[in-house]
Amino acid sequence: MTKGTGKYLVEGEKGKWEVVIGLEIHAQVTSNSKLFSGSSTKFGAEPNTQVSLVDSAFPGMLPVINEFCVQQAIKTGLGLNAKINSYSVFDRKNYFYADLPQGYQISQYKNPIVGEGEITLDLPEGSKKVGIERLHLEQDAGKSIHDLDPTNTFIDLNRSGVALMEIVSKPDLRSPDEVNAYVKKLRSIMRYLGTCDGNMQEGSLRADVNVSVRKEGDKNLGTRCEIKNVNSIKFMQLAIAYEAQRQVELLESGKAIKQETRLFDTKKNETRSMRSKEDAHDYRYFPDPDLLPLTLDKNLIEKIKKTLPELPDQKKERFIKEYSLTAYEANVLVSEKEISDYFEKVVKTADIKLAKNWIMGELFASLNEKNISISESPVNAIKMAQLINSISSGVISGRTAKEVFEIMKETGEEPKKIIESNGLQQKSDPKELEIIIDKIILDNKDKVVQYKSGKDKLFGFFIGQVMKASDGKANPQLVNEILKQKLK
Amino acid sequence: MSDISKKSLTEIVRLIKKKEINSEELTQFFIKNISNDKKLNTFITNCSEEALNKAKNFDKKPKLDTLLPGVPIAVKDLFCTQGVKTTAGSKMLENFIPNYESTITNNLWNEGAFLLGKLNCDEYAMGSSNETSYFGNVMNPIAENTVPGGSSGGSASALAADLTPTTIGTDTGGSIRQPASFTGTVGLKPTYGLCSRWGIVAFASSLDQAGPMTKTVGDCALMLEVMAGFDKKDSTSINKKKENYSKNLTDNIKGLKIGIPKEYRVDGMSKEIDKLWENGKNLLKDSGAEIVDISLPNTKYALPTYYIVAPAEASSNLARYDGVKYGFRSSKSNNLIEMYENTRSEGFGDEVKRRILIGTYVLSSGYYDAYYLKAQKVRQLIKNDFDQSFNKVDAILTPSTPSSAFKIGEKKDDPISMYLNDIFTVPVNLAGIPAISIPAGTDNNNYPLGLQLIGRPLDEQKLLNIAYAAEKKINFKQSLNRWWEK
Repeated sequence: MTKGTGKYLVEGEKGKWEVVIGLEIHAQVTSNSKLFSGSSTKFGAEPNTQVSLVDSAFPGMLPVINEFCVQQAIKTGLGLNAKINSYSVFDRKNYFYADLPQGYQISQYKNPIVGEGEITLDLPEGSKKVGIERLHLEQDAGKSIHDLDPTNTFIDLNRSGVALMEIVSKPDLRSPDEVNAYVKKLRSIMRYLGTCDGNMQEGSLRADVNVSVRKEGDKNLGTRCEIKNVNSIKFMQLAIAYEAQRQVELLESGKAIKQETRLFDTKKNETRSMRSKEDAHDYRYFPDPDLLPLTLDKNLIEKIKKTLPELPDQKKERFIKEYSLTAYEANVLVSEKEISDYFEKVVKTADIKLAKNWIMGELFASLNEKNISISESPVNAIKMAQLINSISSGVISGRTAKEVFEIMKETGEEPKKIIESNGLQQKSDPKELEIIIDKIILDNKDKVVQYKSGKDKLFGFFIGQVMKASDGKANPQLVNEILKQKLK
Repeated sequence: MSDISKKSLTEIVRLIKKKEINSEELTQFFIKNISNDKKLNTFITNCSEEALNKAKNFDKKPKLDTLLPGVPIAVKDLFCTQGVKTTAGSKMLENFIPNYESTITNNLWNEGAFLLGKLNCDEYAMGSSNETSYFGNVMNPIAENTVPGGSSGGSASALAADLTPTTIGTDTGGSIRQPASFTGTVGLKPTYGLCSRWGIVAFASSLDQAGPMTKTVGDCALMLEVMAGFDKKDSTSINKKKENYSKNLTDNIKGLKIGIPKEYRVDGMSKEIDKLWENGKNLLKDSGAEIVDISLPNTKYALPTYYIVAPAEASSNLARYDGVKYGFRSSKSNNLIEMYENTRSEGFGDEVKRRILIGTYVLSSGYYDAYYLKAQKVRQLIKNDFDQSFNKVDAILTPSTPSSAFKIGEKKDDPISMYLNDIFTVPVNLAGIPAISIPAGTDNNNYPLGLQLIGRPLDEQKLLNIAYAAEKKINFKQSLNRWWEK
C-alpha cells in the first residue's frame, strides 16, 4: 500500500487500485421510549422486561409514531446540512426471523425523512466533503441468543422497536483513515445534537460497509460487497483493508467480483461470504397501512432549526477567532462536545494559552494513560482552572503545577489543598524574599562587586543562590525584580 | 314476560331503563336461545355463565344512564377480549387468550353492556360464506344448509336467530353488509377511521373497519354512537367530535339526492335483484328524495383491485403468526425454518394460505409495479369516482349483493365465484367511505335481499336517516321457522 501522498492505494501485482467505500450507519436515536411504542429503551435491563404488546406484535396491536424520535431525526438531518423532506412514508420490510416479532420491520424506503446532505472531514492533508445520500427512521429488531443452551435459541425483545436512524453516505470515502474520520465526525455531530450517544459497545452505532475497488484513475465504480453489521471503527478499518486486498487479488487473477453480503470475522480478521445477490431477501417493501404518511410542518422544522446547538464546524471557526487557536488546536478541542465544553469552562476563569496547553498536554496524556473519557477525568474543568490560576497568580510555578497535577489525576483533590498540605506554594512575600536576598548579598560581597563592574552573567548565580536558600519555592519573577533593584 | 329476545335493541334498552325487565331476565332469554346453537354453530366461545354473573352484578347497582344498560352482546371472534379466547376463526389462535381488550368492545362495556360470547367467522375474516372457519360452517337461520355470508357470518346468524340482541362485525370488503343482506339484518360499515382498529385481529389494515350489526336502523344508530370515537392508539383513527346518531335520527329525507350508478347493473344479475333495486328507488322517491342517475366508471376494476390490495396487506399482517411468541406451534420441527413452515402449513386454512400467496406474489420484486402499485392507482380512481358523484348526490343506492344466500358447499371450490359476492361492497372499502345494508325484500325462495346505501365520508348520520326512511317504507318482516331448535 502506498502512503504518504495522502492517497490510499492498494498495490497489486499489475497496478495500483483505488478503494471506494460507502457506509450505512445505524445510529440508535437518543429517546426514552421506542419508535412506535411507549416501552423504555434503557440499555442493560433484564431480558424481555422492556417489551410492550406492540413490540411483541400481539394480534390487533398498532404502531403509533413517537414524535420525539421524529424531531431527533430532523435535528440530525439539519446537523448533516441535509434536506428535510416534509413528506415521508413508513414502509414494511418483510422477512421472517425469530427476533422480528411482526414478521416485518417498519422502515422508510422510497420516501425517507431526510434527503441529501454533506459533512466535512478534517484530514491531515486538508478538509474533504463527504456526501450523505439519505437518513431514514426504522425499528430495531430483538436479539437472538444462541449460546445459552445447546439446543434452544433465546429471544430478548428489549431492543425490538427501538428507534434507529440509518444514515447512508455516498461512495465518497477512499481509505480506512477516511472512514475513521467520517464515523468520528458523524458521531461527534450527533453527540453535539444529543440525538445519538454513539456508544459502540452498547450497539448504539453500527455500520454496514460497502467496498469496491477500481484501477487508479478509473471513473467507473467496481462491483461492491457489503460487509454487514460492523460495530467498531477498528473493525471497519480492518474489514476494509482485508476486503480491498481480496477484491484486488480476485480481479488481478482475472476473476470477477460477485455482489454479495459478507460478514467480518473479528477473530480471524477476514470477511466471509454470507449470502449472494441471488439469495438476497425479497423484502416486499410496501407502505405500512397502519401509519399515515409523515407530513412535517415547515414551522416545526424552522423551530427545530432554532434550537440547534453550535456544531463542531461552527465551534471550530469560533474557537479560532475567539481564542486565537490554530486550526489544528481548534479541531482537537471541538472533536468531542465534552472536550470543547471542558475547554470553555476552564477559559472562563483561566488563561487561554495555559488552558489549551494543559488540556491538550497533561490532561489528554492522563486520559490516554487511564483510557477514560474527559467527563470521567478526576480533574474536572473547575479544578483544572484552579490549577492554572495558581500558576498565573504565582502561587506555584509551572514545574510545581505538574507535581500537583500528578496528585490530582489520581485523587481528584483540589489543587489548593494539595499545594497547602504539601507546602508547595511559592514564596511570594517580598519582605520574606528581601531577607533571604539581603543575606545572600551580604555573604557574597565579592560577587556583588564583580557584577556591578560589568560581569552580568553573575545575575544567574544570585538567582540560583536565592532559590537554593528557599528550597526552590521562591517566586522566580519576584526574586528577579528584587535582585535587580538591590544590585543596582 | 313474553320472549324479549326477538325485540330490537332500542326496545330492550327502553324496557331496562323503565325497569320492566332487569339484566338477568334479559340475559336468560338469550342464554336459552344460545343453548340451541348447535346446528347454527354461531358461537365459538359461549360466555353464558360469566354473562349471567355480570347481569346479576349489573342489577345490584344498575347504571341506567348508560347507552347499553345491562345488555349482553356477543361479538365477532376477531375482537380481542381480555381473558376470553380470541381465535379469529383460526387453528392458529385456537387457544389464544389476550390480556387486553379491543377499543371497540371496551366502548361497549363502558356503556353498560357485557360479553355474551365470541361469534364464528371466516378464518382471519377471509371469506364470504363463513366456510373457511376452523370451527366449522355457520348456518343461516333462514334455511338449513344455507350460508350466512361472511366473514361476519356467525354474527349475522346469531343476530337473526335472536342469540344476541345486537352484535359487531368487521368489514374489509363487505364482511358486515353481505351477511346482513343474507340474513335479513342491518349492517353498517363506517367511514374508515371512525371506529378504532386497536385490538382487532388485522386482515387488511387499510380496509378493515368495525361496524354494528343490528335488527333495525335505529339500533344501528345507537350502536354506532357507542362504537365510534377517536383512539390515539390507532394512527388511522379520525379525530372528530362524537355524534348522537340515534338522537338525531329522522326519516325526513325530503330533497336529498340519491344516485343510481349504472355500472352496478352487472351481467347476469337476477330479475329479483333488479326489481328490489327499482323498488328501493321508488320508495325513496316516495319519501321525498330525488333520484339521479350517476356513473362510477371504474367500478369494474374494484374487485381485482381489492384482491390485490387486501391479500398484499394480509400477507404481511399474518407474518406474525409464526409459532414463536403465542398461538399454535407445530411440534414436529427440527429448526427455525421447519418450525415456520410446519406451523403455518398446519395452522392456516386453504383460503388464508391462498391469500398469503397472492399477497406475497403481488408485492414481490418485479411484480410490485404491475400489481400492487397499479392497484393503488386504480384505488385512487375509484375513490375519485365517488368524490365526484358526491358533488351531485347525497347518497348512492345499490343492491348489497348480486344474489341471495347460497347453499353450503355451492361455491367453496370456486374462489372466483365466491369473490364475486363482494362486487357491490368492495368499492366502498377501497374508497374508505360508509355504507349500510338494510333488508329490502326476498327472492323466490323467500330468502332475504338487501339494499346498500353508500354515503359521503363521515356522513353516517345522513346515511342512517335515509336507511331509516327506507326501512319504514319497506317494513321488512323476517319469518323464521326456527328449524335449528327442532
